[in-house]
Amino acid sequence: MENNTAVINLKNITKHYEMGSQLVRALDGINIEVKRNEYLAFVGSSGSGKSTMLNILGCLDRPTSGQYHLNGKNVAELYQNDLSEIRNLEIGFIFQSFNLLPRADALNNVMQPLVYRNIGFHNRRKMAMEALTRVGLKERVDHLPNQLSGGQRQRVAIARALVTQPSILLADEPTGNLDSKTTLEIMELFDELHKEGHTVIVVTHEEEIAQHCRRVVEMRDGKIFSDNDSEEKANLAGV
Amino acid sequence: MFFSLIESLRSALAAIFANRLRSFLTTLGIIIGVASVIAVVSVTGGMSAFIGDSFASLGADSLTIRSYTPFEDLMKGIRSRLTPNDLELIEKRGEGIASVTPVLEANRSSQIKYGPQTAYSLIMGTTYAYQDVAQSYTQIGRFLAQSDNLTRRRVVVIGEDVRENLNLPDNPINEYVELSGEWFKIVGLLEPMGDIMGQSRDNIVLIPYSTMVSILGNQSRIDIGIQLSLTPTASLENVVSQLTTILRSAHDLGSNEDDDFRIQTAEQLMEQFDQILGTLTMVIGGIVSISLLVGGIGIMNIMLVSVTERTREIGICKAIGAKSNHILMQFLIEATLLSLLGGLIGLLSGYGLGMLIANSIPDFPPASVPLWAALLALGFSGFVGILFGILPAAKAARLDPIDALRYE
Repeated sequence: MENNTAVINLKNITKHYEMGSQLVRALDGINIEVKRNEYLAFVGSSGSGKSTMLNILGCLDRPTSGQYHLNGKNVAELYQNDLSEIRNLEIGFIFQSFNLLPRADALNNVMQPLVYRNIGFHNRRKMAMEALTRVGLKERVDHLPNQLSGGQRQRVAIARALVTQPSILLADEPTGNLDSKTTLEIMELFDELHKEGHTVIVVTHEEEIAQHCRRVVEMRDGKIFSDNDSEEKANLAGV
Repeated sequence: MFFSLIESLRSALAAIFANRLRSFLTTLGIIIGVASVIAVVSVTGGMSAFIGDSFASLGADSLTIRSYTPFEDLMKGIRSRLTPNDLELIEKRGEGIASVTPVLEANRSSQIKYGPQTAYSLIMGTTYAYQDVAQSYTQIGRFLAQSDNLTRRRVVVIGEDVRENLNLPDNPINEYVELSGEWFKIVGLLEPMGDIMGQSRDNIVLIPYSTMVSILGNQSRIDIGIQLSLTPTASLENVVSQLTTILRSAHDLGSNEDDDFRIQTAEQLMEQFDQILGTLTMVIGGIVSISLLVGGIGIMNIMLVSVTERTREIGICKAIGAKSNHILMQFLIEATLLSLLGGLIGLLSGYGLGMLIANSIPDFPPASVPLWAALLALGFSGFVGILFGILPAAKAARLDPIDALRYE
């Protein structure tokens, strides 16, 4: 399944905020390439810039400068409505707090992204059922989020991310609200998804989570501090 | 766009029913506004349909000519009059006229007595032609005859109400009643005609025209009314202009002087009445549209609250691919639907209220809501929803996805 196509290519990405009179460099010259079917973790303490990284990678925000090629398309300068479309087509979000629609049952939550693709009800339902079956929630499609456990909610969220068949699965502290047993189950699910060929990017501050990933990128002060992929390359070059 | 619109509609309904009480209270302004319009319109609508029927029974092709004195002249002591001479001219020269009759109302006492009973009534002097012009026929006995007029006979035809008021027997023919100190023999009892605008048309006493003239005495002051009916082929307009020419020349009116008489048709009376009703409806409609405006502001207020409450949901939807117009439509549809539902409830309860009002007043015609009013009420409430939904919907659509997702 391994191939060398770059799904994500960031060139000199910066993101600056003004807080009062102070300029905050949340991202400061980021260069990174993520290939198809990589399993990657961004780690770092709070304030390291990994949340900003997630917003940029997830096309929720635009960088101040630099180029972001997602599947070969430069998305760094797109406007909100175009970014919405990119998010819908290319990105599957999984959030720490699940972020399910509270009044919609599991099935409707999973069908929701397909609404924005203007897909008819029957096809939406069929695709959503497949995704829910994949995450093992076939029996609970008509449950509202508050009738589900934390692990089940996160499975619904993963099904919602999978249903659009995105280029990347982008998880933000996916197990931050879960107990250790459920955490393990969810991470195993991510492992399986990676084996099935998905590109998985996890943003986390937990070591155990990062350990599941083949590639770990540590961030500090808006810069990439270490990247075991380039270390391997360096090691290889050194040998 | 199609499937996402359907989905917006579905989730808008879900949102409205998830907060039933709040939705209801929000639309209360619209409900009350629409209900009051519909109640008023349904009552006046029923009334106007009923009055239309009554006027049709007056005879659509009958005319009434009366003298008309402008207020200024009245103050100077000048009175316009229609004279028997005018009547004669019309009889001789008028074309397209089927029958014509003078009507002379008693100008002093309208008392009528039978034994110890006294009643008050409209006493008119007229001729045999009156029955055709006014379409008023006798149920018992006979109408006034031409010979009654020629010989100034003291005979009288009475309406049903007069018979009742005077405690006359069911068949009052050949009984004698007293009018202006003279005795009159009853020769006919009129068919009941019913009410018009709350006034009974059966409280009426008819005597021969010439008898009335002799009772009134001083002939020079007589001011008669003239009623006539048209032949089926005659055009109302032609007859009116012809009569105007005859009367103007008879009264020696110069070209710069106004008519000193008025020609009225049943249709005109009906139009006047319709105009009054129309104005009334418009005034009330205006007042009520203010309450719809207030209702719309209520909806806007709650929609703004709702946008704030659902900020996080909006963020989620944007993160998974909703564009601004998806969010805009979502909230706009919700506001419009809310307002339309209010309009619908208002429509039904307004109709119910109208029926209640119509039923609680005896002899009142049943309420009826014209289709245009129902459509207008719904259209207007939908419009209010769109108008006042735009601001909250635009606020929701403009939200930044990151801020919205972070919103607690």
